[in-house]
Amino acid sequence: MSQYQVIIGLEVHVELKTATKLFCGCSAAFGGDPNTHTCPVCLGMPGVLPVINQEAIRLAVRSALALNCTVRAVSKFDRKQYFYPDLPKAYQISQYDQPLGEYGWVTIRGADDAAKKIGVRRVHVEEDAGKLNHLGQRLGDATGSLVDLNRAGVPLIEIVSEPDLRSAEEARLYLTELRAVLSYLDVSDLRMEEGSMRCDANVSLRPEGFAGSLEDLPRVEIKNVNSIRNVQRGIEYEVIRQTELLAAGERIVKETRGFDDATGKTYSQRSKEEANDYRYFPEPDLPPLVLDPQWIADMKRGLPALPDAIRADLVGRGIPEKDAEVLVLDREAYEYWREATALFQDERLVTNWMLSDLSRLINARGESFANSGVRPEGLVELLGLIQAGTLSGRMAKEVLEAMFESGQTASQVVKDKGLSQITDAGAIQSIVDQVLHDNPAVVQDFLSGKEKALAFMVGQVMKQTRGQAKPDLVNQLLRDSIQKNYAASQD
Amino acid sequence: MASKPLWTYEAHTLHDLFCEGAVSAEEIVTSHLARIRAVDASVGAFLYVDEAGAVAEARRQDQWSAAERRERPLSGVPVAVKDNIVTQGMPTTAGSKILGEFVSPYDATVVVKLKQAGAVIIGKTNLDEFAMGSSTEHSALAETRNPWDLSRVPGGSSGGSAAAVAAQLVPLALGSDTGGSIRQPSSYCGIVGMKPTYGRVSRYGLIAFASSLDQIGPMARSIRDARLLYHVIQGADRHDSTALSSAGDRTVSGGPWRIGVPREYFGEGMDAGVRRLTEAALERLRGMGHALVEISLPHTSYAIATYYLIAPAEASSNLSRFDGVRYGMRAEGRDLLTMYEKTRDEGFGAEVKRRILLGTHALSAGYYDAYYLTAQKVRTLIRQDFDKAFQEVDFIVTPTTPDVAFRRGERDDDPIKMYLGDVYTVTANLAGIPGLSMPAGVADGLPVGLQWLAPGLADTALFDAAATLEPQMEPMVWPMGVEA
Repeated sequence: MSQYQVIIGLEVHVELKTATKLFCGCSAAFGGDPNTHTCPVCLGMPGVLPVINQEAIRLAVRSALALNCTVRAVSKFDRKQYFYPDLPKAYQISQYDQPLGEYGWVTIRGADDAAKKIGVRRVHVEEDAGKLNHLGQRLGDATGSLVDLNRAGVPLIEIVSEPDLRSAEEARLYLTELRAVLSYLDVSDLRMEEGSMRCDANVSLRPEGFAGSLEDLPRVEIKNVNSIRNVQRGIEYEVIRQTELLAAGERIVKETRGFDDATGKTYSQRSKEEANDYRYFPEPDLPPLVLDPQWIADMKRGLPALPDAIRADLVGRGIPEKDAEVLVLDREAYEYWREATALFQDERLVTNWMLSDLSRLINARGESFANSGVRPEGLVELLGLIQAGTLSGRMAKEVLEAMFESGQTASQVVKDKGLSQITDAGAIQSIVDQVLHDNPAVVQDFLSGKEKALAFMVGQVMKQTRGQAKPDLVNQLLRDSIQKNYAASQD
Repeated sequence: MASKPLWTYEAHTLHDLFCEGAVSAEEIVTSHLARIRAVDASVGAFLYVDEAGAVAEARRQDQWSAAERRERPLSGVPVAVKDNIVTQGMPTTAGSKILGEFVSPYDATVVVKLKQAGAVIIGKTNLDEFAMGSSTEHSALAETRNPWDLSRVPGGSSGGSAAAVAAQLVPLALGSDTGGSIRQPSSYCGIVGMKPTYGRVSRYGLIAFASSLDQIGPMARSIRDARLLYHVIQGADRHDSTALSSAGDRTVSGGPWRIGVPREYFGEGMDAGVRRLTEAALERLRGMGHALVEISLPHTSYAIATYYLIAPAEASSNLSRFDGVRYGMRAEGRDLLTMYEKTRDEGFGAEVKRRILLGTHALSAGYYDAYYLTAQKVRTLIRQDFDKAFQEVDFIVTPTTPDVAFRRGERDDDPIKMYLGDVYTVTANLAGIPGLSMPAGVADGLPVGLQWLAPGLADTALFDAAATLEPQMEPMVWPMGVEA
């Protein structure tokens, strides 16, 4: 099986988060009743002309720069021509031989932690197509199709990687990193399930010793997969399928395949043997796109901190790499972290609470760090109570849950539930005495050197104080009492 | 009240009479509508006449004060619009069956400007289907005849507009010119027609034929009127990224000028009457004190081939949207592909199909470099020919066409001959420069056109220059006159 090298290139389409479409003033918002976000221009009415949306260009340039691309001072638009009912003009205005950005890269880190640069061949701007809603259960037995052109003309960037990826896992890492980079730029919603980020994967196998161009290898394109996980699964399946075909002495057919989420398999959609001829030619309705090099340089300087820099910063602050990775890949979490640590010095404590208990509660409730009911200042208040010794860790978990439930602040919850930690030795001593009295065997175990026996007794005290006793103090009181009242009899 | 019928007046005169209160807009409009009813059955200039809408607009304008009338440079003036320019409230057909009962949901920018200027839009004029043709015989919807000789074509593709102006059905009309489609029918019908510099008039709402060549322009019976209409429709447009304001306009000195006479435009195949009247006009210019300079535009012989690669290539793309999905006619089929094929087969005429095939081929993988890309390179050479020439001369004067209006049906089976007739006009489109055709006189009962070419953005200067020659020419006696 190992005589083939896996060659993967990814084409990622990202919808830009502009208020209006790429070539007209219609809303670019997701959804809406069918054909309500339309006008003569995006309906492809006779006589209409495109006018470029400057904001889309700004977002595209920002994206290209963040992906380390060289941005052309002069690029142009071209028409990509094919007939389909979701494409009103029967051509898509795209960029063919002079894309906005070229020669970029994304750095990925695998399990071995070795950094690998994945080339970004190009980033270009184009318009999205509309959608067909098929009447019936499946396309095969659809009785008709309704055309919804709300999405037609929404600005997209297409990000084409070099065929540098060598496994499904690398593809996953690339997409995850790409999405993280874009997430810090405010250029897109990046919602794969809504189609604002879409991925096509090109997969081919290179026989050992093959010295020709990768372009000559029969390539299978897996189209429009709706999650990063499924891209990975689709590639995994495709690698096995192609390897088996070759092992059986068969030929790989150049084709487009879909991915079936339910079965985890890819299936043939159309053969590319008789390749579509898109008859690209320069869009005569748009002058070349000329960008001021100074403006491009200013845009580059104006980029926010990106994942690589953020990672380095977090690790430099002593945040464990694994935690840093989780924070970096979720911009909302990172911003939550920034807000919280601006208010609270112990960054490790913030990180731990965010990534364990808070994450669990947020996930369980289907919230995110951005819209979670417990805001950074709320978490910080809670952590302050732990630090002050008012709450034990266990109590704090309970308080956090209550904060989620009630929307109250930590101190309100503590007050309402009478939860504050008992730090008064006098108040705990009688319970300690009682526990020692009730568990003579355990005391003996402890005295004979079993440290674990003490933990049991601490637990008993905590139970009787409903967790409110300060664990350190209980520990100390138990040791002192045993020493004072039981150790002597041993002699 | 005027002694001649109102339909015989030029636009600026009608506007003045209306502003002075000498006539009402309703009188002006009803006079032209009556003329249309009397004559257009034999000419066939109009595909659609909006009698009710025009009269209603005229009555509305009759309520305006003198100041309100003056503010609007075309108030009270009937105007016809070529039917590849979209209009709300009237059908737009592009002379094709494929648009069916299509009514545009928006007005072309030029139509918006006409309305703002107080023009009364009378109706839509016939054309070769999608402006592809030089005789208006390729309209799928109606026949248009040359008012000077009803057995002959009016030229094309703006044949309906040219015939309407020449037959005095309207004083002004809009045409569109991709390779000569304003100037050639203007020449055949003895009127003034002008193709502006590429970009000086918005194309928004012009049903695209060849986007890098198309321009809307004015057609009229005098240079003054053509210029008036040009000034209303020109200018930048937020809907057209290629449209330009007057800010970059070029001026030309008041003369005397150096007038270039390109030897390549006076070669074989020119009609004797055309040669005689063109040379006479050039002599008049010399007599006015201008210097005639023989120049060379060496790539002229490649112009037709270049044009007939670029224009069909762009057309093949522009016409793809007529697919039966969203508007216009649809021929039902058992599946999507069949629906597309049947719709486009039944909807498009032979000439349009011929050009779609040519253009699709020119853009196909493996042929693009040899055809489209090469044509673009030659286009650059043609543009450079003019750049060089205009370093030496102020204007260029040529015949508009090598011939006069031909007989209907004469070139049905000879598309190449029809294409070759565009030889003097396509260069201005390829170079993006302005061109104007004005009457050079009448030979054997048929008008001959004289073409002026100017440097890019010298549109106003071009009108000024041609206007100095106009009074030196024999006054036109318009066909199908009052006594006819």
